[in-house]
Amino acid sequence: MNAALIVIFATIAGVLALGLRARHGRDMNLEQWTVGGRGFGTILVFVLMAGEIYTTFTFLGGSGFAYGHGAPAFYILSYGCLAYILSYWLLPPIWRYAKEHRLIAQPDFFARKYDSPALGVLVALVGIVALIPYLVLQLKGLGIIVDTAAYGAIAPTTAIWIGAAVVTAYVMVSGIHGSAWTAVVKDTTILAVVLFLGIYLPLHYYSGYGAMFQAIQAAKPDFLALPPQGESLAWFDSTVLLTALGFYMWPHTFGSLYTAKEERAFRRNAALLPLYQIILLFVFFVGFAAILKVPGLKGSEIDLSLLRLSAQTFDSWFVGVIGAAGVLTAIVPGSMILMASATLLANTIFRAFQPQATDAIVSRTAKLLVPVVALVSVAFTLRGGTTIVALLLMGYSFVTQLFPALIACLLPRNPVTKEGAFAGILIGVAAVAATSLTHTTIAALFPALPEALRDLNIGIVALVLNLLTMGLVSAVTRRHAAYA
Amino acid sequence: MALVRWLAVLPFLGILVGTPFFNRVEPLVLGMPLLLAWIIMWIILTAAIMALIYLLDPANRDVPEHRP
Repeated sequence: MNAALIVIFATIAGVLALGLRARHGRDMNLEQWTVGGRGFGTILVFVLMAGEIYTTFTFLGGSGFAYGHGAPAFYILSYGCLAYILSYWLLPPIWRYAKEHRLIAQPDFFARKYDSPALGVLVALVGIVALIPYLVLQLKGLGIIVDTAAYGAIAPTTAIWIGAAVVTAYVMVSGIHGSAWTAVVKDTTILAVVLFLGIYLPLHYYSGYGAMFQAIQAAKPDFLALPPQGESLAWFDSTVLLTALGFYMWPHTFGSLYTAKEERAFRRNAALLPLYQIILLFVFFVGFAAILKVPGLKGSEIDLSLLRLSAQTFDSWFVGVIGAAGVLTAIVPGSMILMASATLLANTIFRAFQPQATDAIVSRTAKLLVPVVALVSVAFTLRGGTTIVALLLMGYSFVTQLFPALIACLLPRNPVTKEGAFAGILIGVAAVAATSLTHTTIAALFPALPEALRDLNIGIVALVLNLLTMGLVSAVTRRHAAYA
Repeated sequence: MALVRWLAVLPFLGILVGTPFFNRVEPLVLGMPLLLAWIIMWIILTAAIMALIYLLDPANRDVPEHRP
């Protein structure tokens, strides 16, 4: 075993120990297990929210996308910023309603607002479908880290299994309290590692940022501007919009909103969190530095660029430190996502069929479902072939379909009926599922369309179908109700 | 406050509508490609705008900082 692997496995052991300690030997009921007893202060909520936002996706996926795609990666900088603006007005009413009705999960919110348990089940299903690619990308990241740090001694498949086992064990021992404390460790480590890499690598290899970007411009002209076709301006705008609207629609993000003590925390975060986006910049600098130094990574291999460049530059023990930071960024959100999907399954879907089940039974079911969800995700991860960014965009296409129904129910007089919300979400999700499963694009379906329309993100097109259906069905059912 | 709130629209315009006008690599700004520098500028402006809105919003005042 080399120095890199020793550092990484020591970190994993430390994280599991923290998770065990965080439980304080208390018995936790379902509400404590998922939302930490609603007692976290502003700083912890800030760390928790930031902790979920900075994941394997930004660390490996962001640098990989910058390396392989260039300027289109800037969408990752942009959408969070716009989402935080929306959060100022969006989150406080959600939090107030959830607190008032003692809700613990996202589907409860829709079910209660629309007075429709069926809608709750649909929202839970959409959440689970969207969470799977999100969990797959964390496992993929863990696999890449262990594989690279072992310098080929551990097969990628074994590495993915190790990653899945660690995340599962972590969730089983700790619940959300473990996540919060590990998030503190994770956020400081990842910040230090990303800042160091983003500053050191461009200076070391190019002696400056300007020189690095000039070298890239000379070797690959206009790689750092949006191309006229494909990931063009239309793609950029539609993708930024899709992901900004979907930002808080994730079941685990939505659920963690309930942990805040007071609603002002959200408004303060709306001013603080945009600045946090700037650390993403340093991750891009690493990806850009790799373009000319570890050339030739193709397809889903682009996600390896940060670690390949690190392995080529540093001693084994330091590659271990970078890998350990990466492991933390995968475990924290990975455990959140895993817990959110198990809770969704148990609390909404299991309960829909077993309405008389007690909290204790639902809580036990949630814990039993954790390894099941992990196994399903491993199965998808082993199929491979997709980049980390593509996986997250697929998840976003699903989860953003919940946005119109959410906004409508926050209005003083909700113009959307439960039938309208149900039909809209169903059509939107079906459109995304059909195009994802058949790997088709708008350009392939309608080659005659102008370029700007062909490059639109499929999730936005599905959102338009969703809105049209929602409006139409609401109008019909409302009139029906009026005559009834 | 009512008027200040509309400042929050600016980052949407800057990032979604302004991007075509700055979709170039050169000239480099602070060593960064022009498009990247444009987006970074909007991130900083967003934080400033939201901080201003937070400070002027009456909903954030008259609440004790620490409740028992």
